[in-house]
Amino acid sequence: MKIVLNGEPREVEAETLAALLVECGLSGRVATAVNESFVPSSLRGGHRLNDGDRVEVLAPMQGG
Amino acid sequence: MRAFYGTELPNPLMLGTAQYPSPAILEQAFRASGAGVATVSLRRESGAGQTFWSMIRDLGVLILPNTAGCHTVKEAVTTAHMAREVFGTPWIKLELIGHTDSLQPDVFGLVEAARILTEEGFQVFPYTTDDLIVGERLLAAGCEVLMPWGAPIGSGRGLNNEYALRAMRAEFPDVPLVVDAGIGLPSHAARAMELGYDAVLLNTAVARAGDPVEMARAMALAIQAGQLAHHADPIEARDMASASTPVIGKAFLS
Repeated sequence: MKIVLNGEPREVEAETLAALLVECGLSGRVATAVNESFVPSSLRGGHRLNDGDRVEVLAPMQGG
Repeated sequence: MRAFYGTELPNPLMLGTAQYPSPAILEQAFRASGAGVATVSLRRESGAGQTFWSMIRDLGVLILPNTAGCHTVKEAVTTAHMAREVFGTPWIKLELIGHTDSLQPDVFGLVEAARILTEEGFQVFPYTTDDLIVGERLLAAGCEVLMPWGAPIGSGRGLNNEYALRAMRAEFPDVPLVVDAGIGLPSHAARAMELGYDAVLLNTAVARAGDPVEMARAMALAIQAGQLAHHADPIEARDMASASTPVIGKAFLS
């Protein structure tokens, strides 16, 4: 399935958001959004991905 | 001291974590200043996020995540939700940028986003202008803190409109107020505290100084001086001189 992960097109095996994080090695403290909507960590396992989904995985960063 | 959503700050300096020459200098700047709050953000995971987070957590300061760079209500609200989950705090520094060059807040969107987030249980720290009516609307939307700008973010111009900031302090005597953005020098930070502000939020002035650690300490000392001066009830300025040395008892020598 083709998705866009953090702005980059990717071909992935994962069928859920939780599986995608495992597949891409994003194991730390992150927050997720799919198609511009927040998906809480508790719902990632049940969140099925579709072809063309835009997934954002955000992590802590310096800020002012 | 006015509490921020029930929390008393250990120190009225809120310090940003961006733009330091190195993580080590960032850490030293925090330790040297004793800042009570660290502002942080969320960006696409690139591998560096987890190390940064463990360093910030070790500082033992309160965490204030921001929505920096957001230009729409939807974007800011979504970012706030993501920040709450990652940082485990209901606190959010709500930034909704309206103008690209001045980074002036879009105050209309800001009020709308503040209302949504308050209803969803967030404790909103709105980065706003020094407009009194916007301040009223933000409070009506559920904000219990206001953070007017001193000058545009990163400009170092200090308090552009001291009159407006003073009016804001007078208008909202019970609301914790923070001058957020525009501070360049310790004297600017001291002035904000002399006006009776509860805290100062700054980043660039420290992070981009030649010696960020010394500047962090200078800011902390200035903020403390300004706060003490405010509590000490300063004299009013006057136009004419007023002799301080007693006139009575002066020798007749002319």
